[in-house]
Amino acid sequence: MSVRRVMGSEVEYGISVVGEPTANPMTASSLVVNAYASSTLRARRARWDFEEESPLRDARGFDMSRAQADLSQLTDEDLGLANVILTNGARLYVDHAHPEFSTPEVVTPLDVVRWEKAGEQIMYDATLRAASLPKGQQIVLYKNNTDNKGASYGTHENYLMRRSTAFADIVRHLTPFFVSRQVVCGAGRVGIGQDGRDHGFQISQRADYFEVEVGLETTLKRPIINTRDEPHADPDKYRRLHVIIGDANLSEVSTYLKIGTTALVLSMIEDGFITADLTLETPVSALRAVSHDPSLKQLVALRDGRKLTAVQLQRVYLELAHAYVDERLGGDADEQTKDVLVRWGSVLDRLEQDPFLLAGELDWVAKLQLLRSYRQRDGLGWDDAKLQLVDLQYSDIRPEKGLYHRLVRAGRMERLLSDEEITSAMHDPPAETRAYFRGRCLEKFPQNVAAASWDSVILDLPGRESLQRIPTIDPLRGTRAHVGELLDRSETAEQMFTALTG
Amino acid sequence: MAQEHKQPRRSTDDETSTTEEVQTDVAERKEALDGDVDDILDEIDEVLESNAEDFVKSFIQKGGE
Repeated sequence: MSVRRVMGSEVEYGISVVGEPTANPMTASSLVVNAYASSTLRARRARWDFEEESPLRDARGFDMSRAQADLSQLTDEDLGLANVILTNGARLYVDHAHPEFSTPEVVTPLDVVRWEKAGEQIMYDATLRAASLPKGQQIVLYKNNTDNKGASYGTHENYLMRRSTAFADIVRHLTPFFVSRQVVCGAGRVGIGQDGRDHGFQISQRADYFEVEVGLETTLKRPIINTRDEPHADPDKYRRLHVIIGDANLSEVSTYLKIGTTALVLSMIEDGFITADLTLETPVSALRAVSHDPSLKQLVALRDGRKLTAVQLQRVYLELAHAYVDERLGGDADEQTKDVLVRWGSVLDRLEQDPFLLAGELDWVAKLQLLRSYRQRDGLGWDDAKLQLVDLQYSDIRPEKGLYHRLVRAGRMERLLSDEEITSAMHDPPAETRAYFRGRCLEKFPQNVAAASWDSVILDLPGRESLQRIPTIDPLRGTRAHVGELLDRSETAEQMFTALTG
Repeated sequence: MAQEHKQPRRSTDDETSTTEEVQTDVAERKEALDGDVDDILDEIDEVLESNAEDFVKSFIQKGGE
């Protein structure tokens, strides 16, 4: 009924080694992750426990056979790449050829922003530690989604949903929302087409890489709705909606609205509140057409014959969400739900009035305003490499080099969080999910945690022959309210384990 | 470096006076913002990687996910 639900994000970072364009990205990514792990994790390093992972499970109810799967779809076999769990409950690892940060499970949009931003700082910190190693290399990470030469890498969102919701309803009501939400949460891109062969600016980093409406793949034939179904929770009660269509955002407001508005729409779908049919005639081409028109005038055709702009389509969802929250919660809605509704409305109003009014809030507009200023001042055409550089360097995560960071420092980007809130989230887990238990165990008993994953913590206890697996299948248990006091008073892992199982 | 110069384009298709006022207001705010942006370009010039063309060319990634 609100923006609250169990959710999180995963970001793959672009990577380059200064002065070595041909450096192996897997080696460089491992170096980054290992450098952070060795210098921050005490005692033994907990392994990732793969027992519950099944990346070939399809939300439509069948498994893809391993023989049919592309090698890049197999993530559950430890390929010897770096993979660690942090005291904030997050996972830091190498996925294919990129370092990746998965936030711990949280329950509010602002907490997704908080731990995702903490992830950026962890990645930056990791590059500094890698550079200080003997023979250390200077590695630079980019929070973006494409090299503009044909390769794309993902920024995924995860939302826990009720299993009882029909997947067909999710597809029907979520597709038009995903096609249009880029006007709010796009990150902006210089280059049109997967390899950027055409010159110009578009709203989304990712739009050109989506080729089908629904599917299991994430690396080939990318679908608007991904059907990967690994709940990391009780599969009879829950599914995990794995969203692969988002851009990597630097702006806190963009991420906050991306997560908050999507969570609201999912809630309406679960409650069967959306009865209107907003099905688009051709979602994949509409996605691209919207992205390619920063003037926001592009119309998309609905199957019922209507033609709407993306902003108008978003407004239909906004109005539904207002009615939904009013009807279900009235004045009792929580503060973030109210805030998301107000901000969403305000952003849509200004997008219709003049998008540049949002240069201090949305990534794509902030980026476009910089580009427009360069074009005006220096008379640059869209084919000029300097504009592509501005696009790329906007996402450089180094505070002194990244253009997003320069805008923040100049007071030009609205912040939702303080530096202190982000810095503390580099170490502290969120309080309201099982990530609290995972993180506190790693912080307090690092020498006893043999392995951990989203749904387990495995302890190696002195005097016990076998490893002890503590399942954490319910994401809403193991919170500070449940185990905070127990962790505070347990002096050893054995004491904690005995109290939990005794 | 390309020498193509951009024409400022501004559409004015509404006629009522209230809309005009709003638009003037918006235009003024935008002008103020634009002037402001020019200041930051000077700052950004100092941190932009040199040799944009080579830099952008050498940023090659493998696909992910």
